[in-house]
Amino acid sequence: MTKAAELAKMGEVLTNSQIGGRRNIVINGAMNVAQRATSQASISSAGYYTVDRFKINTNNAGVWTMSQETLSSSDTPFTEGFTKGLKLDCTTSATPASNGTLQVQYAIEGQDLQQLSSGTSSAKTLVLSFWIKATKTGTNVLGGYQDDGGKQFGLTYTINSSNTWEYKTITIPANTADAITNDATRGRIVTWYFSAGTDRTTGTLRSTWTTYATADEAVGQVNHADNTSNNIHITGVQLEVGSVATPFEHRSFGEELALCQRYYQKWLADTANDSMFTGAMISDTQFIGDYFLKTSMRAVPSIASTGTFAVRLKTSDRALATGPTLNRATPDTVQIAVTIADNNESGFAGFFKCANSDDDAFIEFIGEL
Amino acid sequence: MNNLDITKAQYLHDIYGNNYAINIVVNDKTLCVPPIAGNTEYQAILEWAKIDGNTIADAD
Repeated sequence: MTKAAELAKMGEVLTNSQIGGRRNIVINGAMNVAQRATSQASISSAGYYTVDRFKINTNNAGVWTMSQETLSSSDTPFTEGFTKGLKLDCTTSATPASNGTLQVQYAIEGQDLQQLSSGTSSAKTLVLSFWIKATKTGTNVLGGYQDDGGKQFGLTYTINSSNTWEYKTITIPANTADAITNDATRGRIVTWYFSAGTDRTTGTLRSTWTTYATADEAVGQVNHADNTSNNIHITGVQLEVGSVATPFEHRSFGEELALCQRYYQKWLADTANDSMFTGAMISDTQFIGDYFLKTSMRAVPSIASTGTFAVRLKTSDRALATGPTLNRATPDTVQIAVTIADNNESGFAGFFKCANSDDDAFIEFIGEL
Repeated sequence: MNNLDITKAQYLHDIYGNNYAINIVVNDKTLCVPPIAGNTEYQAILEWAKIDGNTIADAD
């Protein structure tokens, strides 16, 4: 940031009486947290795969490997304190089908956007800043969608040099027409487009909040999926109120992890036989116990398990017949049920654990927007 | 915008005999989803169930 820009921002901050405090609305903008995995190959459908909070929305636009990459001193953002990045590597090229697309999305809760005063004459702009490096140069679309009102916008930026880190800032217009519901549901999505078929490119790009139309989403977007040599790298994502980007707000890993765990967390075994929670047999076949989540989640979570688990009763492990499944859950506590073979053990206490043959079993708790 | 590629959905009973969670299969992965409005996967299940031919199976 230039000195002039810094001074301009200081003036704006003073005018708005927002001195200090939390500026970056984006969680994990430095890409430091990757609870699910650090790399995922063969991506051709939508999902959260590696770095937390950043979703890949794709179909019919090639096949990709997503990874949390480690930056080095040869990467320009490294000199700004960034050691991690989001990387997309094209492994199967494609001209996108008419409905094809490759996007990186970031969704924000409505209650975290109330500071925008959206839907009033005092509605505020946002400024998005980020570092990006891509093999493919040309015009790219940064889009947004607001659920309340069903409005969208699309703005362009240019990647000027191939495989070169570039710092981009984009001012997102204020929405004076549509208030954002003040709750834990999705308020807005920010979308980086990297490939878009004709369904999304035959309309008119909207520089202001306008009623959603698919054809207006990504007009003019270059196709990053056209060659298996293509890579895309992003880090340092910051979204803040105002119109001038300030230096990135670096937060501690622990703080960022806790913020991410509102949307996704996992219990991961460290070594074989690790225990997750205690419980009891409520019948001869059903074991139930409560697991206390690491932080309150945005919503009552879904769960998914990977690996081999067991119930320990008395002196031996009992293999699972079914489960684990949810019996009851809140955003703070999950009651997990499993069944085992009937061994006349109703009433016995025990604990739920990973099997002695599995030292990296895990259970995911998913409360994404 | 939250469509999931759901290939199977089935209710699960809680210990009180009520339908509580729904097991779904998405991209070969099984998710156990609570029927809570704020849960994104549950919203996707409701959208999926609106499509002709898609039904949430009864619990075993």
